[in-house]
Amino acid sequence: MAVTVLIPTPLRPFVGGRDALELEGESVGELLDRLTGEHAALKPHLFASDGRLRSFVNVYVNDRDIRQLSQRETPVKPGDTVSIIPSIAGGTAVAEELPKLSHEEILRYSRHLILPDVGVEGQKKLKAARVLLVGVGGLGSPAALYLAAAGVGTLGLVDFDVVDKTNLQRQILHGTSTVGVSKLESATARINDLNPNVRVETFETHLTSENALDIIREFDIVADGTDNFPTRYLVNDACVLLDKPNVYGSIFRFEGQASVFHAKRGPCYRCLYAEPPPPGLVPSCAEGGVLGVLPGIIGSIQAMETIKLILGAGQPLIGRLVLFDALKLEFRELKLEKDPDCPVCGAHPTVTELIDYQAFCGIGVEPSYDGAEITAHDLRDEWQGNPDLLVVDVREPHEYEIAHIDGAVPIPLGELPDRLAELDGHREIVTHCHHGARSLKALEILKAAGFSKVRSLRGGIDAWAVNVDPSLPRY
Amino acid sequence: MTLVLDARHVAAISRHGEADYPAEACGLIGGAVEGDRKVAVQLVPLANQRTDSARNRYLIDPESFRRAQEKLERDGLEVLGVYHSHPDHPPAPSEFDREHAWPWLSYVIVGVERGRAGEMKSWVLAEDRGSFDQEPITTEERKVVWQ
Repeated sequence: MAVTVLIPTPLRPFVGGRDALELEGESVGELLDRLTGEHAALKPHLFASDGRLRSFVNVYVNDRDIRQLSQRETPVKPGDTVSIIPSIAGGTAVAEELPKLSHEEILRYSRHLILPDVGVEGQKKLKAARVLLVGVGGLGSPAALYLAAAGVGTLGLVDFDVVDKTNLQRQILHGTSTVGVSKLESATARINDLNPNVRVETFETHLTSENALDIIREFDIVADGTDNFPTRYLVNDACVLLDKPNVYGSIFRFEGQASVFHAKRGPCYRCLYAEPPPPGLVPSCAEGGVLGVLPGIIGSIQAMETIKLILGAGQPLIGRLVLFDALKLEFRELKLEKDPDCPVCGAHPTVTELIDYQAFCGIGVEPSYDGAEITAHDLRDEWQGNPDLLVVDVREPHEYEIAHIDGAVPIPLGELPDRLAELDGHREIVTHCHHGARSLKALEILKAAGFSKVRSLRGGIDAWAVNVDPSLPRY
Repeated sequence: MTLVLDARHVAAISRHGEADYPAEACGLIGGAVEGDRKVAVQLVPLANQRTDSARNRYLIDPESFRRAQEKLERDGLEVLGVYHSHPDHPPAPSEFDREHAWPWLSYVIVGVERGRAGEMKSWVLAEDRGSFDQEPITTEERKVVWQ
């Protein structure tokens, strides 16, 4: 009695269409040799050129895989059934077919090519990579410049803003010649000049819950250069849902942070900050100021980490948060743990699709200020007719030094609750700040304290400088 | 040979590719050989066993293959081929596909561009394993026979 060898359909044409053969032998190896000896055309399909069984060819003796037994040496006895079972693998040509480098590129990237950790292979990986930069401002500028210079093949840029003169102190992607031009247009021109091999894909839009998945899906890595909490949570959640690494950076005044969030390999942004801060607690760069070099440092770290992820080189900043203090010139590192209860990347996520991030961050539920604001023109006219009107400047003293409205009383917002006694509740009061946000908070404080004739200057001193007193510098 | 698919098979393969996007979807095609035609009768959708890079790889492990094959054989059918999707790539076999291919089986590939299924093509490995050759697909609307 011989051993029965079951032949799977793809191999039957090679054995005369039969689905089973009876063969003599004492081990699996012997049976397979006999099989390919009698049917030579089978051999290349079962064995690789080095004589080993191909990885997708599985041989079972009765119900057990010979890989768990003694491989080719697995003994067989008459009456056993040996089955050849296919496993089937395949896929698209993403991983194995990297783009070629032109002579121009080889020359341009020569300092990369001679680095053992980059080399031709790494440079090709950079060329094949698709990186999305959310925001081309302070952080996005150095990140975009270094990624473009390094030869990242495709850079996606998301921004909706226009270059403003106040951007130029830190947003080195833009220049005096592009003030008033859309940031994407300005960025594309600069990147094309730096490295015409880079393909720039632009998304002139706010990133929203409606478009984020469609935009991010097309890229390998996201570098988050946003300046607000709703977008930061949105980018994080979208990256977790799409399994993309999120190279994070943030800056404030003289301090910065950076990390790499990749939920599959470590924590995400929500593991670090489960809840956003209350709106207004953390001032933006426009409100709080920022040292211009700082985003250069943090944005460059983001570019560096992005390149490391593409190359697979070194230790990525996954599970670690770098804190940078510019005044002390000090880097500190915190270990980050994955939160098993994280609402988006934990074991039992409650956030399984994108949500309303404005609402999540407490934005958009502010009370209406209808009738509580006054325009710069109206303030001028009213003030001329009523010299008794009191204008309160709630900005910080150093802002007062840059520019102030003659006759306004400076009381910084933080001191206002303690200095209410200085104000006469019978007079008309108009609060003002830089752009009109803090003065609304001042308005709330005054109303809560019983002042009724209070309004806020819409657009702040900036609107006053534009519409009433052009002799004032804008900042 | 020609692969004969029912219009419902084409729709089902496309839907499977769209549902699993951006991962690759895969499954087996069961049917019977009639002369020089491989006539598909039944699809067996399978889970892609690759979790590390499901976006550009698929794997049907031997256990899944065996179970599917036994199920088809109980119905008097045999494995004619395998289908899989290429998310955001054209329906042409890659080098990886060719290196891992079995002879004779039809490899049906559907391109899924941004979540939308597009063109579908079938390929068969050359006998010398050196190339993948396109195989014609005929789509026929067959009447459902009630037994």
